[in-house]
Amino acid sequence: MFSDFSSWAVGKCWILSGTETGCHACRSRAFQTCSVSQESGEAPDIIHEEASVILEEMAHRLKISTVRFFAFTLTKAFKTLFQHICVNEEGIHRLQQAIQEHPVVLLPSHRSYMDFLLMSYILYTYDLALPVIAAGMDFMGMKFIGEMLRMSGAFFIRRSFGGDKLYWAVFSEYVKTMLRNGFAPIEFFLEGTRSRTCKSLTPKIGLLNIVMEPFFKGEVFDVHLVPISISYERILEESLYARELLGVPKPKESTSGLLKARRILSENYGSIHVYFGQPVSIRSLAQDKVNRCKYNLVPRHIPRKPTKETQSFVTDTAYRIVRLQEDSMVLKPWVLMASILLQNLEGLELSLLTEQTLWLRGLAQSCGAFLDWPDHTPSAKVVSSSLALHRGLVCVSGGRVSLVLGEPQGLVTPEEALFNRAVSVLSCASYRNQILHVFIRPAILAVAIHNAASSKKDEVFNCFSFLCKMFSDEFILCPGDTVQDFEEACYLLVKSGSVQTLQQNIVVTDRGQSTLSFLNGLLESFLQGYQVVCQYFCEEACDSLTEKQYIPAVRSFAVKLILAGNLRCYEVLSSDMQKNALAALLRLGAVSKVKVADQVTLKVNKLAVNSLEDTLGGRLPTQKAVLARL
Amino acid sequence: MFVCYGVLVMLHPNIGLLLNGFNEHLLPTRQEIMKWNGWGYSDSKFLFNKKGQAEFTGKRYRLSGMILPSLQDWFENTFGASVKQHKSPATPSLNAGALPPANLNEAFLQDLTATGIPFSHEADDRVFRAHGHCLHEIFALREGRGFQRVPDMVTWPNCHNDVVKIVELACKHNVCVIPYGGGTSVTGALECPPEEMRCIVSLDTSQMNRILWIDEKNLVARIEAGIIGQDLERLLNEGGYCTGHEPDSMEFSSLGGWVATRASGMKKNVYGNIEDLVVHIKVVTPRGVMEKSCQGPRMSTGPDVHHFILGSEGTLGVVTEVTMKIRPIPEYRKYGSVVFPNFEAGVACLREVAKQRCAPASIRLMDNEQFQFGHALKPQVSSIFTSFVEGLKKFYITKFKGFDPHQLCVATLLFEGDRERVLQHEKQVYDIAAKFGGLAAGEDNGQRGYILTFVIAYLRDLGLDYYVVAESFETSVPWDRVLDLCRNVKERIIRECKERGVQFQPLTSCRVTQTYDAGACVYFYFAFNYRGLADPVHTYEQVEHAARDEILANGGSLSHHHGVGKLRKEWMKESISDVGLGMLRSVKEYVDPDNIFGNRNLL
Repeated sequence: MFSDFSSWAVGKCWILSGTETGCHACRSRAFQTCSVSQESGEAPDIIHEEASVILEEMAHRLKISTVRFFAFTLTKAFKTLFQHICVNEEGIHRLQQAIQEHPVVLLPSHRSYMDFLLMSYILYTYDLALPVIAAGMDFMGMKFIGEMLRMSGAFFIRRSFGGDKLYWAVFSEYVKTMLRNGFAPIEFFLEGTRSRTCKSLTPKIGLLNIVMEPFFKGEVFDVHLVPISISYERILEESLYARELLGVPKPKESTSGLLKARRILSENYGSIHVYFGQPVSIRSLAQDKVNRCKYNLVPRHIPRKPTKETQSFVTDTAYRIVRLQEDSMVLKPWVLMASILLQNLEGLELSLLTEQTLWLRGLAQSCGAFLDWPDHTPSAKVVSSSLALHRGLVCVSGGRVSLVLGEPQGLVTPEEALFNRAVSVLSCASYRNQILHVFIRPAILAVAIHNAASSKKDEVFNCFSFLCKMFSDEFILCPGDTVQDFEEACYLLVKSGSVQTLQQNIVVTDRGQSTLSFLNGLLESFLQGYQVVCQYFCEEACDSLTEKQYIPAVRSFAVKLILAGNLRCYEVLSSDMQKNALAALLRLGAVSKVKVADQVTLKVNKLAVNSLEDTLGGRLPTQKAVLARL
Repeated sequence: MFVCYGVLVMLHPNIGLLLNGFNEHLLPTRQEIMKWNGWGYSDSKFLFNKKGQAEFTGKRYRLSGMILPSLQDWFENTFGASVKQHKSPATPSLNAGALPPANLNEAFLQDLTATGIPFSHEADDRVFRAHGHCLHEIFALREGRGFQRVPDMVTWPNCHNDVVKIVELACKHNVCVIPYGGGTSVTGALECPPEEMRCIVSLDTSQMNRILWIDEKNLVARIEAGIIGQDLERLLNEGGYCTGHEPDSMEFSSLGGWVATRASGMKKNVYGNIEDLVVHIKVVTPRGVMEKSCQGPRMSTGPDVHHFILGSEGTLGVVTEVTMKIRPIPEYRKYGSVVFPNFEAGVACLREVAKQRCAPASIRLMDNEQFQFGHALKPQVSSIFTSFVEGLKKFYITKFKGFDPHQLCVATLLFEGDRERVLQHEKQVYDIAAKFGGLAAGEDNGQRGYILTFVIAYLRDLGLDYYVVAESFETSVPWDRVLDLCRNVKERIIRECKERGVQFQPLTSCRVTQTYDAGACVYFYFAFNYRGLADPVHTYEQVEHAARDEILANGGSLSHHHGVGKLRKEWMKESISDVGLGMLRSVKEYVDPDNIFGNRNLL
C-alpha cells in the first residue's frame, strides 16, 4: 500500500493564483473584526496599525521558487538520510479528491522538525496544492531559514497569546480566510508541539476550533480533516529529546544549529512512512451534535466563545483525529523489541529476545497494530538488522542484548552515570511509547484487574476508570469515553484469550498470565513515576513551592531515591512525565495553584495525594468515596 | 355516497329541500375548468407532441399554442429522462371507490339545510377540496390513490352572515370546519387530519367574491375574502385601480388565503406585502366575530390583533371581509433585464439596490440553472432576422464580454409609475448594475421572465409524466448569508439525493425574488428523475426535510410566504421558541377551545 518515491524527479510547474488577493481580503476582514472586538476605547487607526504589524509578522508569502529550492535540497537530504520515504498513494488520491470538493485541513502527527518540510515536499512531489502551515514563532527567529519557510507556505503564530484579543482576532481571521477562499489546504499540528516522547500528546483544540467555525457559521459547506501519520524508523532528534526531557534546556532554534545538524546527514535513519488517512467530514461528525442555528443571531464577523456543546464536540473530534493518527502509525519490529528490553533492563539472551518479539508481534497484531514486519525474512535477520540500525542504543555481547549505558569517559560521578543511563532508557522508551496506543486500553485493564479488590466487573471498572482519569494527560483517552474504552479493552483481552468474562466477573485465564504480566509491565514505569511524584508532594514539598521549582525539585528527589537504591525507575526523571503527573493532580484537585504576589505556588492536599498514591500502587482499593472526595 | 344519501332521505322526509341543496351545486365554481390532479386550467398544459416537440396547449397564456423547440433536449439532458421510453402517465380519472365514505353529522346537516346555504357531498367536490399542491398530494391523485381523509361535505356560504351561521352550527354540533379559498396551498394546510373523527366541513369561500365598496377618498376597498386574485385585479382595473398584490399564484389564490398565510406579492417593493396592504379584517371565530372599530391607518392599541389572524392558516376562524388599500393603475410599466457574469455579482448588485432603497416594483435574480431553463422555454423564433439578432447578442455577451455561459445569471426587472420617473429609476438601477459587471439585456428577456412565473407551475405536471418529481420552497435570509445559504442548500440537496439512492443528478436552482432592507427572499427549485426509486415521494420528502434543516442552520427562516401548514410544523418550536409557541397556543385555546377549526396547521 505504500509506494516508495525517493526517486521522484523535481521540477514541476506551479501556478498559484489569488494568494495575494486572499491576503488582502483577509486584511480587511480582520480589521473589521478587530475594531469590533477591541473593548479598549483605542482609536480605530491605531488598532488598524497594530493589526497590520501582527499580520506582517504572521503571514506567509508562498513563492514557488523557494519551494523548488527546498524541494531540490530536501530530495538530496532525504536521499542521504533515509532509506525510503513511503507514502500511501491511495491516500494521496483521496486527498486530491477532497481538495477539489471542500476546504481541507491537514493534521499530521508531530514527532520531528522534519514533519512539515516532509509534508510540503510530498504534496509538491504529487502535484498537490501546497499547504499553508501554522508554525510556532520560534522558527521565525531562525534568520534566512525563517523567511524561507515563510516563502514555502508557513505562517507563524506566537506560542501563547491567550490574553491578546487583537492577536487572536487577526490570527483566526487569517486562518479562516485561507480556509474560505480554499486556495490551499491548511496544515497544523493538533498536538501543538513536537512530542518528545513519541507518544501522542493530548490535542490542543484552539486551532481546530478556528477551522471548524466557518462550517458552523455556514461559510463553507464542509471542511475535511485529514489525519496524517508520519512514522520515523529513527527520529533525528532521538537523543536530543532524551536530554531535553532530563532537563538539558533545548537549544534555541537557530540557523547555525541546523548547520551543526549536518553531522546527522552521515547517519542512517531508516525509513519514513507517511500515511494519509481517510478525510473526515466535519459536517458528518457534527450532525445532531452541534446546533448551527446558534450562530444565526450574531453577525458572523463578531468573534464569540464557542458554546459548551461546540467545545465538547471540538474536543471529541480532536481526540478522534489523534486516535486516527495513532492507528495508522507504522510500527517497526524495533518498537516491539524496545518494549521487551525495557522490561529487562539487565539485558536478555538474543534468542529469548527474538522469541518474545515474535510473541509480542502476535499480540500486537491481534490488537490491531499497523506493523511493518518484513515478509519473507527470517525473524533472526529482522531482529539483528533492527539492532544494527539502533546500535547507538543497544549492544550485543556474548549473545546477550542490553541497553548501552553511555561511554564511561574517565571519572564519572554517580549522578553522571545515572544521567547517561537515563538517556538510554528514555531513548528506548521513546520507541516503546510508539506502541502504547495499541495496548493502552488493555494495559489499563490489566492493571485494574491486578489492583482491584475482587474480579467483579464493576469493581474492575471502577479501578479502570480511576486509572483513565489519572492518566488522561499521559495517554490519548478521550474524556467521557471511559465506558467505551473499557468495553474495547475487555473485547481485546477476551479476543486474545487472556481473560474470560463469567457472570459479571473478569477472570484471567492460564495462558493470559504472560500477556497480563507484559501489559502490567508496560505501565509499570508510569505507575511508579506517578507514585514518586505523589511521594515527593507528601514528603518533600514545602509550602512555598513554585511551579517553576517543581520540575528540578522532583527530579532531584527521584535522583536521590535511585542513588539510594530505593527506585529503579528512570522514566520518572522525564520532565514530560513529571508535568503530566502534576497536571493530573491539579485536575483531580489534590494539588492546587495559589497565586501569591506574582508567583504561582502549589498547595498540596497531602491526604488526597497520599490516597491517590496508595490507590495507584494498589494498596488502597478504588472506592467511589475516595473519588468523590477528590 | 349513495348509501349516505339514502340514509339522509330516510331521516329526512323533506326530500325537496335536500335536493334543493344539491341543485345549488350548479354554482359558478371554477372546479370544472381546473385540473383535478395537477396545476391550473385543464386546457393548459405542456406536452411533447407527436413530432417530439414540446408545446404548451390552450389559449390563456402568451406561451399558449407555441412550440418550444429546445425544451426536450434540456429536459432529457438535465434529468437523464427519456421522452420516448420512460413515461409515467397519470390515471385518467378519480377512483371514487377509493374515497372514504362521508361521515355526516345529521343534526348539523339538518340545521344547515334550514339556513338554505348550499352544500354537497359529491365525491368530486370533496376530493377537490381535500388537498393543495404539494408534491405528495398531486402524486397521490395522479396515481388515483386519493387520500386517507377528505372533507365529508362542502358548503358554499354567500356572505359574511352565512359564515356566521355555519360557524355557529359547527360549534353547536361539534363539527370540524376547514376554510377553503383558492386551494393553492403548498404546505399541506388543506389536508384533513386523518385522526379527525368528527364530520369535516370544507367551507368554500368562492361565492364571497364581491367588491363591496370602493372609497376613492381614502383609496381603500372593502372586498369579500373569497375573491380570487385575478378577478380582484380585473374588477378594480375597470375602475382605474389596482391593489398591486401579485403573488405568483394570483390566478387561483384568494384574498382570504393571502391573509391566512401572510402572502407576499411580486411587486411588494411598491405596494407592500399583504400585512402592509390590509387596513381592516373581519373574521368569524367560534368565539364570535372579531374586527377593529375603525379603519385608522395605524394604531397603538396593544399588539395588533390583525396579526393573530395574518398567518393563522385557518386555525382560528374564517376571514370574511377585508378592507384593502388600492392604488391608481400606474401610467407606465416597463420590463428590463440585466446579465451578470455570475450569481455572486448579481447578489451584490441586489444588495446595493436594496441599500440605496431604489428597488423597482420587482427585481429577481435567477441563477445560471434557471437562466438555462428559461432558454429552454424560448418559443420557436419566427424570422431569420430574430434568430440572427439573438445570435449576435449571445456572441456579444459570451465572446466579447467574456461571460461564461455556465456562470452567468440574469436579473429581471419591472418598473412601474409615471413615465419620466420610471425612466429615471431605470437609469439608476442600470447604473448600479454596471458597477457589478451587469449588462442590460433588454425588455424582452425581462418580460419573458415574468410570463414564465405563471407557466412554470405547469411544468411539474410535465415532469411527473416522465418520472421527474419537482417542488419549490422558499425562505428569507439576511443579506450576508444569501450566497452561503444558496450554495450550502444546493450542495445539501445534491448530497442527500446521492445518499438516498437517486440515480440521476438532481436539478437544484435558486433565485432571489425579493429584496428587503435587511435581507432577501430566496426561492429554490428542486427536481430529480426518480426512475429506480421505490418510493419517490418519500425520498423527495426526506431530501426536502434535509434542505429545510440546512436552510435553518444557515440562518434562513422557516418560510417567507408559503406558511407552515403541516409540512413545517415540526420546526415551529425551534423557530419561535417555546414561549412563542405557547402564546400562539393560548390564543387558539381562547378563540377556539373545541378545535372547530381543526385543520391542525401551524401548532
